[in-house]
Amino acid sequence: MTDDIDTLAVEVWRGDARGGGYVAYAVPRRESQTVLDVVTWIQHNAEPALAYRFACRVGMCGSCAMTVNGAPRWTCRTHVRRVAKAGRLRIAPLRNLLVIRDLAADMAPFFDKWTEAGGTFAPTATRDEPAAEIPPETPERAAADAGIECINCAVCYAACDTVAMAPDYLGPAALNRAWTLLNDARDGGQAGRLKAVSGDNGCANCHSHQSCADLCPNGLNPTAAIAGLKRRAGRAWLRGGA
Amino acid sequence: MTASSAAPRARIHAGAHRGHPLWIVWLVHRLSGLALALFLPVHFLVLGLALNDPAALDGALRWMDNPWVKAAETGLVLLLGLHLFGGLRLLALEFLPWSPRQKTFAAAAVALACAISAGFLLSAV
Repeated sequence: MTDDIDTLAVEVWRGDARGGGYVAYAVPRRESQTVLDVVTWIQHNAEPALAYRFACRVGMCGSCAMTVNGAPRWTCRTHVRRVAKAGRLRIAPLRNLLVIRDLAADMAPFFDKWTEAGGTFAPTATRDEPAAEIPPETPERAAADAGIECINCAVCYAACDTVAMAPDYLGPAALNRAWTLLNDARDGGQAGRLKAVSGDNGCANCHSHQSCADLCPNGLNPTAAIAGLKRRAGRAWLRGGA
Repeated sequence: MTASSAAPRARIHAGAHRGHPLWIVWLVHRLSGLALALFLPVHFLVLGLALNDPAALDGALRWMDNPWVKAAETGLVLLLGLHLFGGLRLLALEFLPWSPRQKTFAAAAVALACAISAGFLLSAV
């Protein structure tokens, strides 16, 4: 397996939105090596012009996600041992997003969809008022808690076949965010948010492939959030609302 | 958003996110639906013979006693079961409170479909 190999055969996608292809590099195998370590080694030692994105290196910032051997992964916490088959790695930018250059994808549409899905908190109180008391055991708070650890890495978005088929679909991350806010008793923007997630590009598009839940590095389940949105939107529709 | 969808996309190798059990169950549900959609018009045409040409219907029914037709019918029952129970699984997923046991439900849907088609085969032979 990869542990017995001292050199990794790595293919890295190089190019931009007009096109590109894979370039091969030989990278020394190290103990506890992550995919981000591999990409960084290539940039430091073989290809100084290689473009990629990272910041925290500890799985908090969500900026280093790439396609690794065909599946989206957070590269800073993806160990080579876990994903490399016979010492081979194929690294590409995230799917379902435009490429800026090399491994850096344009995240703007991804974040635009957060806004489109009503992902902005709408406060109902000012800082001068006492803090709202939200019992953690209420079902709404439990539903919100299940989804709030999203780090915006877009792994779910890249894994979503519905986004691939319908590029205007809001996608798992934005809808998961909307679901957490719909369950936030302090938020005052629920009517507009429910309308946003019930629209043509909203939750009804989801085919429940559940690849988002399968690959979310933080173990969140956007499909569960979207199912919640479908129930909430369906109820509103039956009542003659959104 | 529309601008981004119209712009060219980089051709990258990315398909390994598929193939997990729940994705396969989705594919099976979709393909079984397509196969049943192809079968149903033929089914109704044969049933329609009862009104227009009873002798031809009798001939068709005798032909259906062939063992290999029974085997094919078992496949049809399997498709029907997969689509029926897969659809019920989806309705439960979307309209009942979320359960973390999605893979169990998917396995149960497949198991029920297999059991029913096996029952059909045993009763046919």
